[in-house]
Amino acid sequence: MAHDMTADAAHAHDEHHESPVVFGFWLYLMTDCLIFGTLFAVFAVMRNQFAGGPTGKEIFELSGVGIETAILLVSSITYGFGMISAHQNKVSTMRMWLAVTFLLGLGFLFMEIREFSHMVAEGNGPDRSAFLSAFFTLVGTHGLHVTCGLLWMAVVMVQSMGKTVLSERMMNKLTCLSLFWHFLDIVWICVFTFVYLMSVI
Amino acid sequence: MADAHTAHSGESHGSVGSYLTGFVIAVLLTAAAFGVVMAHSFSPTGTIVAISVLAAVQVVVHLVFFLHMNGSSEQRWNVMAFAFTVMSVLILIGGTLFIMHDTAINMMSR
Repeated sequence: MAHDMTADAAHAHDEHHESPVVFGFWLYLMTDCLIFGTLFAVFAVMRNQFAGGPTGKEIFELSGVGIETAILLVSSITYGFGMISAHQNKVSTMRMWLAVTFLLGLGFLFMEIREFSHMVAEGNGPDRSAFLSAFFTLVGTHGLHVTCGLLWMAVVMVQSMGKTVLSERMMNKLTCLSLFWHFLDIVWICVFTFVYLMSVI
Repeated sequence: MADAHTAHSGESHGSVGSYLTGFVIAVLLTAAAFGVVMAHSFSPTGTIVAISVLAAVQVVVHLVFFLHMNGSSEQRWNVMAFAFTVMSVLILIGGTLFIMHDTAINMMSR
């Protein structure tokens, strides 16, 4: 018990100083921010270039977007609960929350792919107009990030199997992934506001 | 022991309470944004301003409650990098819109 306590104290002390790994990942996220900034700038320029094709008002379904937003928001908080469990070294609880987050992310991706395939099937693919090219590039890039996040989450879940204590390296991975996942939710706020909502006004 | 550890975690990594607080605020802001657009209660310009402000506030809420950004010295470089990125993105988007708008007017393409 005494040994546990010192180990715990040392662990807690370690956590006080953010790892350089996490700071490095934060810098990567900032560059990712610039990518999305560029894509948002492109979309802002192209948003009225319909080339005789459909406008956003005609093809966007707000109910679907609302559900996608809700899924992503809930997945943010379930990952947060996973992180809390991880800090308490409750590895199986952490994995359970990550699994919930994973399923929510999968649901989001499923809805997005369904939306995209409907649009393409109706002839409103990225080749229809500059507006749709910009739309598919921006929202598709976000979807690609979500896909990468899900792969990463699956890897972390597998790596944590059979562990009773999370190493510092593992904690760093979980922290970086949490930053990544919450960052994607922030990008989605801008997507549903400036792409979907603004197009249907 | 467990309590002390939990308390510490709550401080720098968020607690169930802080995540829930952030979540509730985010849900309200999202609902407000969708509501404003669907209800058509403002003029188009007013709606654009309203949902832009709501989005900006929600981004800050996410940063504080989910990414645990704060003014502590430990976070100084994270915040610094973030501020620089925000500045770059604003110049990027603002500059792009300005130049492309100007071009469109001078080329009489609109």
